[in-house]
Amino acid sequence: MHELSIATSIVDTAVEEAERRGVQVSAVHLRLGALSGVVKDALMFCWEVACQDTALEGSHLIVEDVPVVIFCPKCRDEQTVASIQLLACPRCGSLGSEVVHGKELEVFALEVEEVAK
Amino acid sequence: MSEPRLVEVRRNVLKQNDMIARALRERFRSEGVFVVSLVSSPGSGKTAFLEKILTLLRPGHRVAALVGDLATDNDAARLKRSQAPVKQIVTGTVCHLEAAMVQNALQDWNLRDLDFLFIENVGNLVCPSSYDLGESLRLVLMSVTEGEDKPLKYPTIFNSADVAIVTKNDLAVAVEFDWSAAQANVQAVRPGMKIFRVSTKSGEGVDDFLKFLAAQLAEHKSTTPA
Repeated sequence: MHELSIATSIVDTAVEEAERRGVQVSAVHLRLGALSGVVKDALMFCWEVACQDTALEGSHLIVEDVPVVIFCPKCRDEQTVASIQLLACPRCGSLGSEVVHGKELEVFALEVEEVAK
Repeated sequence: MSEPRLVEVRRNVLKQNDMIARALRERFRSEGVFVVSLVSSPGSGKTAFLEKILTLLRPGHRVAALVGDLATDNDAARLKRSQAPVKQIVTGTVCHLEAAMVQNALQDWNLRDLDFLFIENVGNLVCPSSYDLGESLRLVLMSVTEGEDKPLKYPTIFNSADVAIVTKNDLAVAVEFDWSAAQANVQAVRPGMKIFRVSTKSGEGVDDFLKFLAAQLAEHKSTTPA
């Protein structure tokens, strides 16, 4: 259970960006890979606590799930796999695949409002 | 107040850890030390296996270990019986090691004196998967008593590792461990993963692993700048 520390890192990242741009953040858009090792529900649960007493207090966390995409050297093509429990190529069954997407843990965008002067 | 607008920032949340890990990996490469980390659930035999490996490697190689735990330095005390230099990292409430903890622990170490450095992570099959420690090789251990479906239950950590070690093979018959099911499960979550089957107690399979490590070290040294 390391989602609280992950949530805190997301808040820190967003606060830094907001300060740099002189804006108020109302929502954080996160891209979360199925193989990131971070549980979405636990992260959502921690969000309010992580935002407490920061410039992000009252903001929302919006999570975009990123599925696992592998590159199969046999098919020479990328394939989306349905489950993280089976990473063989879904087309040819080959086991030599590389994970190209699905490990993302990225603050993708911020919904912001200008700070009232 | 003005209408909200969307600004793209694209920032990796673990960038700080990844940057330290990259610096560590560069240091390990330039100083010619091969770094192996171990992850597993608590009680799968990481410390026993590592003590055995340190003891067997020591006559021919210069070895050392870092070991992470939430509390106590019991594991460091056990590993020191191998006569290798060992340092405990007590994480307090943190359920995994991070690159910065490894960096701090190694601050006053001369890594040129070493061939192998082992890093035993906190016993946890979930959280360590997100944190790169700069290691060259990550081992994931599962004991036969934990069941064949461990990889399916914790696919992320298996996917983050390079090699799987099935431990406590001396108990396999007693717990009716299904080796082929275990192999299939590892391959499903980490296609092509190399698997060793060992018993730390009887020594079975340990030699094969040592040969593998020696080959990895030779390859690593061949890329070390003179």
